[in-house]
Amino acid sequence: MCTTCGCGGDGNGVVIKKMGTDEHVHYHSDGTQTVHSHKHGHAHPHEKNHEHSPVHEINLEQDILHKNQLTAERNRGFFEALNILCVNLVSSPGSGKTTLLERTVTDLKGKVEIAVIEGDQQTSNDAERINKTGVPAIQINTGKGCHLDSEMVSKSLRLLNPKPNSLLLIENVGNLVCPAMFDLGEKIRAVIVSVTEGEDKPLKYPDMFHSSQVCIISKTDLLPHLKFDLESLKNNALKVNPNLQFFEVSAESGQGMGDWYKFLTNKIG
Amino acid sequence: MSVYRINCIVCKIEKMHELSIATSILKTAEREVENSGGHAVKEITLSVGKLAGVEIDSLKFIWGACMKHTVLEKAEIVLLEPKGKAVCMECGTVFALEKLYDSCPKCGSYFKEIMSGKELKINKLIIM
Ligand SMILES: Nc1nc2c(ncn2[C@@H]2O[C@H](COP(=O)(O)OP(=O)(O)O)[C@@H](O)[C@H]2O)c(=O)[nH]1
Ligand SMILES: [Mg+2]
Ligand SMILES: [Zn+2]
Ligand SMILES: [Zn+2]
Ligand SMILES: [Zn+2]
Ligand SMILES: [Zn+2]
Repeated sequence: MCTTCGCGGDGNGVVIKKMGTDEHVHYHSDGTQTVHSHKHGHAHPHEKNHEHSPVHEINLEQDILHKNQLTAERNRGFFEALNILCVNLVSSPGSGKTTLLERTVTDLKGKVEIAVIEGDQQTSNDAERINKTGVPAIQINTGKGCHLDSEMVSKSLRLLNPKPNSLLLIENVGNLVCPAMFDLGEKIRAVIVSVTEGEDKPLKYPDMFHSSQVCIISKTDLLPHLKFDLESLKNNALKVNPNLQFFEVSAESGQGMGDWYKFLTNKIG
Repeated sequence: MSVYRINCIVCKIEKMHELSIATSILKTAEREVENSGGHAVKEITLSVGKLAGVEIDSLKFIWGACMKHTVLEKAEIVLLEPKGKAVCMECGTVFALEKLYDSCPKCGSYFKEIMSGKELKINKLIIM
């Protein structure tokens, strides 16, 4: 326990520490907190009858998502060896990921080998939509999980068996927060934002825009009916990530889809 | 078409990415406790950078629920929260980064390299 403040005696408390200072907060199980400043560890005087049990100190310095990262790198190695272009599509629910995928696999069928992995919390609707186009599809139901991880993709790859020189499109769970943190081993992360969403979306969800290489602005056929400022959306996205490459598409009318296809097929070579 | 279902076996909490973080920490802690022949974690030092995308409140809430009857149940958590820092790729100015979309205070450029604030790490475990 902390002898300076007498708190954290049950060893259950969370301590929040500011970098570069000794100042820290003890969070107690009863909901109260104590802010004070002293060194932790054994820099404080020992209380009476303080027994030392054998302790091991392990300086791990390991990323918390280390395991996800390792598996992502394994997936990436597999993709590179077989020249598979893996694209991870991320967006809020309803931005048009599945519709874009349907249109893409329909238009590229016969030109490029394509396989699809669909992530969804509960349903198989999206994979069924893709399956109707005749392209191999896997559904991952994450249950309460709000993102795909590299292990799920790795397991799916065994079922999917994607061909060399092909395109693997992954639709992540509709969520602009969590999937940002989980590398799947993809070459391209493409964040989709539709013109029916706010122009400030990139500023509200900066992690996703920061970690993507491509930003697809979808449903552009609706632009004439909306007061949507496309340039403002792009400017906001560029503030977060000045290297983003944009595609403006309508999966409905097909407008702008040609550039997107060219981008994909050029990458496969 | 194959369906591959993943069930959440840990708990019923919805804030799943903080849950993923918590379970990753737990798995590592369990492995380290076993490797060292100890029985529990006495203290764990974590770094969760201000720009790491993890909500500390959610993580704490999940921690309370998930760590019962585990090697981390009684662990004291020392939480480091490194602040965001970036270097401007245009003019080289090093500046505090509160948000990922902050620009260089000197030249206004958005091209920058993040130096700190993205950490998500287990720094140290003390095992008893
Ligand atoms: N007008 C228009 N509607 C679209 C377009 N793409 C998708 N939608 C509609 O947006 C809704 C959600 O699309 P969906 O592809 O299921 O989004 P997801 O949740 O991101 O997979 C559906 O009603 C689609 O018909 C588009 O290019 N133009
Ligand atoms: Mg969908
Ligand atoms: Zn203290
Ligand atoms: Zn002591
Ligand atoms: Zn989440
Ligand atoms: Zn500058």
